[in-house]
Amino acid sequence: MDIQTRPEGRATVISASGKIDAMTAPSFESSISDLIGEGKLCLVLDLGAVEYISSAGLRVILASAKSLKGKSGKLLLANARGSVQEVLEISGFGTVFSIYDSLEAALEAAG
Amino acid sequence: MTRDTSTTRFPALLDSLPAVIAFVEDNAAAAGVAPAKRNGLCLAAEEAFVNICTHSFKDGKGEVELDCFSTSNTFVLEIMDSGPEFNMLSVPEPDTSVELEQREIGGLGVHLIRNFTDHAQWRRLNNKNVLQLTVNLDDGPSHS
Repeated sequence: MDIQTRPEGRATVISASGKIDAMTAPSFESSISDLIGEGKLCLVLDLGAVEYISSAGLRVILASAKSLKGKSGKLLLANARGSVQEVLEISGFGTVFSIYDSLEAALEAAG
Repeated sequence: MTRDTSTTRFPALLDSLPAVIAFVEDNAAAAGVAPAKRNGLCLAAEEAFVNICTHSFKDGKGEVELDCFSTSNTFVLEIMDSGPEFNMLSVPEPDTSVELEQREIGGLGVHLIRNFTDHAQWRRLNNKNVLQLTVNLDDGPSHS
């Protein structure tokens, strides 16, 4: 797994790639925690290059969103494809998150 | 055609996860499991293995045995551990319909096991937990 972050307007885009599994979830979590710690409270997670996600990754997303909500921040998800999209749907993340088909749509919604 | 059983053992440590997934992936591919269904089975295998590592062998001193075999129309993965008796499939389904504030952080792994296999069952045999995960060999839906 690789993670790149960059500012886009008032949001911060987190571009993850590869596998987010039980082995890689801790570094995924610390990357997001670091951003929140730096006061980046509008996060857009670009999942376009993520080929696999397990519950370990889902837990990081859920915990991060809860943390952000407590600070009046938000986490938007974008670009989920294939099996990643299926895992998000089966886990009911559609009721919890705004999931956008493209990064552009997510950034527009982020303001 | 029924294939011979392929068996391996790994230490019940997260570090074993890539080898566990490779074993499942290779055997499922050899048995002719369709790619999407194979990915789902690998996900279910990760969830089960990680569950055993974190709950059955908290001290890291344990072993997990994996058996794979095929029947005429299914591919079967059995995951066995000698930890305390525990049926992970008895974990209640998470409520996936509620809003963020009410969402529980745990429980999703077993939910994924149920959804990405065609059949999942647990039994206690010879002082071992045996989790049997089955996927169909046809090209049907990847989850039931």
